[in-house]
Amino acid sequence: MLNFDIVIVGGGPAGLAAAIAAKENGAASILVLERDQELGGILNQCIHNGFGLHTFQEELTGPEYAARYIERLQKAGISYKLNTMVMDISAKKVVTAMNRTEGILQIHARAVILAMGCRERSRGALNIPGFRPAGVYSAGTAQRLVNMEGYLPGRRVVILGSGDIGLIMARRMTLEGAKVQVVAELLPYSGGLKRNIVQCLDDFGIPLKLSHTVVEIHGRKRVEGVTIAQVDENRKPVPGTETYYDCDTLLLSCGLIPENELSKELGVEINPLTSGPKVNESFQTSVPGVFACGNVLHVHDLVDFVSREAEAAGKHAALYVKNQTEHDNSADIPIAAEQGVRYTVPNTVNLKRMDEEHTLRFRVGDVYKNCYVAVYLDEKRIYHRKKQILAPGEMEEIVLKKEELAAVPDLTKITVKLEEA
Amino acid sequence: MYDVVIIGAGVSGCAVARELSRYRLNICVVEKEEDVCCGTSKANSAIVHAGFDAPAGSLMAKLNVQGNEMMEALSGELDFPFQRNGSLVICLQEDEMPGLKTLYDRGIENGVKDLRIIDREELRELEPGISDDAVAALYAPTGGIVCPFAMNFAFAENAAANGVEFRFDTEVTGFCKREGYWNIKTSQGELESRYVVNAAGVYADRMHNMVSARKLHITPRRGEYCLLDHSASSLVTHTIFQLPGKFGKGVLVTPTVHGNILIGPTAEDIEDREGTNTTRAGIEELMERSGAVVKGIPFQQVITSFAGLRAHEDGHEFCIGEAEDAPGFIDCAGIESPGLTAAPAIGKMVADIIYEREQPQVNPEFTGKRRGILDPNTLSEQEHAALIKQHPAYGSIVCRCEMITEGEILDAVNRPLGAKSLDGVKRRTRAGMGRCQGGFCAPKVMELLARERNLEFLQITKSGKDSQMTAGRNKDREAF
Repeated sequence: MLNFDIVIVGGGPAGLAAAIAAKENGAASILVLERDQELGGILNQCIHNGFGLHTFQEELTGPEYAARYIERLQKAGISYKLNTMVMDISAKKVVTAMNRTEGILQIHARAVILAMGCRERSRGALNIPGFRPAGVYSAGTAQRLVNMEGYLPGRRVVILGSGDIGLIMARRMTLEGAKVQVVAELLPYSGGLKRNIVQCLDDFGIPLKLSHTVVEIHGRKRVEGVTIAQVDENRKPVPGTETYYDCDTLLLSCGLIPENELSKELGVEINPLTSGPKVNESFQTSVPGVFACGNVLHVHDLVDFVSREAEAAGKHAALYVKNQTEHDNSADIPIAAEQGVRYTVPNTVNLKRMDEEHTLRFRVGDVYKNCYVAVYLDEKRIYHRKKQILAPGEMEEIVLKKEELAAVPDLTKITVKLEEA
Repeated sequence: MYDVVIIGAGVSGCAVARELSRYRLNICVVEKEEDVCCGTSKANSAIVHAGFDAPAGSLMAKLNVQGNEMMEALSGELDFPFQRNGSLVICLQEDEMPGLKTLYDRGIENGVKDLRIIDREELRELEPGISDDAVAALYAPTGGIVCPFAMNFAFAENAAANGVEFRFDTEVTGFCKREGYWNIKTSQGELESRYVVNAAGVYADRMHNMVSARKLHITPRRGEYCLLDHSASSLVTHTIFQLPGKFGKGVLVTPTVHGNILIGPTAEDIEDREGTNTTRAGIEELMERSGAVVKGIPFQQVITSFAGLRAHEDGHEFCIGEAEDAPGFIDCAGIESPGLTAAPAIGKMVADIIYEREQPQVNPEFTGKRRGILDPNTLSEQEHAALIKQHPAYGSIVCRCEMITEGEILDAVNRPLGAKSLDGVKRRTRAGMGRCQGGFCAPKVMELLARERNLEFLQITKSGKDSQMTAGRNKDREAF
C-alpha cells in the first residue's frame, strides 16, 4: 500500500490548483490521479481563448492556462499518475486505482480532494423523442472530435441548449467549415455567459431561439433533420409552432452534471440543488478529511474561479493533515439560500476555521432585473447591493469577512437572498 | 449450395443456427443489417417469462415454459448473464382478484412451477416499493432476466465456431423454387439452399408471402422503454407486472442483469417496419403507468429511451413449421413476446424439423461451450491484477460509466463475428450504455475500432452503412 498525505482525484484545473496550494501550505506528500493521458482535464480541448483574465490578466487558451499550472505542479515536485482511473475510495480513505502499467493500486491518504469535474447531460436524459441515429452529439464530445482529433462531426448543425460549450462550439463548427443553422434554448433566457452569446452567435449571425426545443429527431442511420417547436411557460411544446430544420448533426448543450459517483459511494452528503457535495467553508464534505472543489462541487462558468476555489480547498486539506484545523463542527453556522438564490457554496461556516475573508459563491434561480443581493447575519443585514441583472448562467460572489461574522454574538444563521428595489 | 440458409441473425435465427451446427450441414445466416442482434432482439424487455401469460395449449405457452427451463444450463454453457429474480403480477383492485386467479390457473395449466398468489403482507416483504394500493400478487419464482444482446451473440458466436457462415448487409429480395432447392435472391447476389429458415422478424410475413399462397400478416407493434441509471437499482428486485385491468395492460418495471431499471413497453401498432422512434406521448404514458404500481420512480435518472418492434402475427401465435405449399421453406415467424424466453426451444424445434427430414450426421467437432467477453469486474482483485500484468489493456478504462476496459473492447472487436461499429461495441461490452451515453468514450472507441479494423477514422459508423460518425476533416469543404 502506498501512503500519501493527500490524494487528489482528477488532474484538471481544480486538481492542479488544489495540489499546488496544498504543497504551498505544507502538505508533505501529494498524489494527483488523472484518468486521461495528460494533465489539464477538459481545458485541453478548449482551444479558444478567454481563460485566465482574472488570474493572469491575460487571455489564454485552455491548454495555455493548464500549462501554467502543470509547470508549477512539476516544479513543486508533486507526484501524479496519468491514465489512472480511481475505482473506489473507502471510508478509511484507501483509494483504489488502476492503470495499465501498475495494475491495481491501493493508496492510503490522510486527506482526499475530490476534483473529478462534471459530465454533459445526454440526449437520453433529456428524453428527446425520435430515432437514435448517428450525428447526435453532446457539445463537449463534438469539441473533442474537432479540437483534438481534427474531425468534423457534421456539416449542417442545429444546437439544442445555449450552455457555454454549445455557444463555443457554434463558433468553432462555423470556423471549421460547418453551417450552424440555429441554437434553440428551452428556457426564456440563455444558460451561457453573455460574452459568449455576443462573440459566438451574434458575431456569426447564428440565430438564438429562446423558449424553443427539439421535439423530434429524424433519420434512422444518420440525422436527416430535427423539428423544433416553441414551448409554453410550462416548457411544453406549443402545437402548430413546429419548424423542420434540414441538418445532419444535433449538438446538445443542456447542462452539466457533477460526477459524484465515487463521492456517493463513499457516503458524502450531496446537495440536490448542485448535485455536488455539501461543504463547509474549508471545502470539506460531510466525510471528515474529504474535500471537494471545482465542477464536481458545483458547475462553474469560469476556470479562474475553479482555480481559486481549488486553492482554498488545497490549503484547508493541508491544514487538516497537519492537524492545524478545528475538528469540532458543533459551532458550524448554516448558510441559507432564500428568495431567488438557488444555492450557496459553502453550506456552513465555522469561525474557528474561517480565513479572514471567504468568497461565498451562489447562483440565482431565474433572471432578475434591478434587485438587491442581501446577506443577513441572523436578523441583521450586512450586505445590500443593487444588481441590474442576475441570471442563472452567471455565478455570483460575495466576500464574507470573519470580523463581521464574529461581531454578531451567538450567530445562528447566515441568509443570502434577493430583495426588491 | 447450402443445406440451410437462415434469414435473420436475431435471437431466433441464431438459436436455430446454433442447434443445427450440431450436425454436418452447410449452413449460412443472412442478415440485412451489419451485425447480429439489430432488430427486435435488441430492443425488448429482456425478460425470461415464467409462462403464465400465453394461452393454454398454445405453441407459445409450450415453448415459453421449455425455453425458461433450458435457460439456466444454457446461460452457463454459452456464458451469458441470466438471473432468476422472480416475477410478480400486481393486483391493484380487490374486484380484480378473479383476473389474478385466471392468470394463476393458466400458469398451472401451462406447467409453470412454484406459482402462487401472495397477499399484501408477503408482497410488501418481497417488494417494499410497490404501490400502497396493491392488494395481492401472483408470484412466479421461475421468472427471470437475461442480457438479450449477450444471449443473441452467444448463439451466433457458438454457431460460427461450429462452422456456420454469416453474411451481413445482405437483404433477401426474392425466392425461386428449383428442383430440390431454393434460389435466394439477395442484395449481394444469389444463394442456393436446400432449406430456408425464415426468421426475419417483422419482415417474416414478406418472406413467407413470396413463396406461399397461404398468407401471413405481421404488424410491427412498437414498444417504447425508459432505462434508469444504476443509482436507481434498489427500486425493485423482482420483475413487476401489473395485472391487466380497467386501466389497461400496464407496463413492467424490472431490474436488468446489469443493475439498471427498465420500464416499458407501450404497445402501438404501426405501419413502418423500421419505426423504432420514440415519441413524447409514449414516454409520458410509461411514466404515468409505471407510477401506478411502483412508488417513487426517479425519472430524473432516465439515461436513455428506446423503442423496439414486436413481430405481431394476426393470430398472436408463433408460426413455426414448414410452409404447406413451399416444401423446404420453414417459417419461424410471429416471434413476439415471449420469443426471447422461447428462443432456446424455438432453435431446438426448428432444428428437429430439419433433423427429422434429413437425418444428418453429427458434427464431430461440435462444441457447445462458448466463452463470453471477460468482465474484469467479476474477478477478484488479485485475478484482475494478474490479468493486467498479462494484458495491460485490461488496466485501461475506456467507458468510465460502466467501467469497461480497453481489453474488453479489443476482445469484442477481434472475436469471431466481432464488432464493426460503435453500436456493435456497445451491445457486446456495454461501453457507451451508461449515464453519459458515450459522451466520453465514443471518440476513444472510434479510435480503437479504426486501429483494430484498419479503417480510416472517417469510416467509423454508429451502426453500419449510412451511419458515419464524422463528416470530414476540419476545414475540408469538398462536400459543399
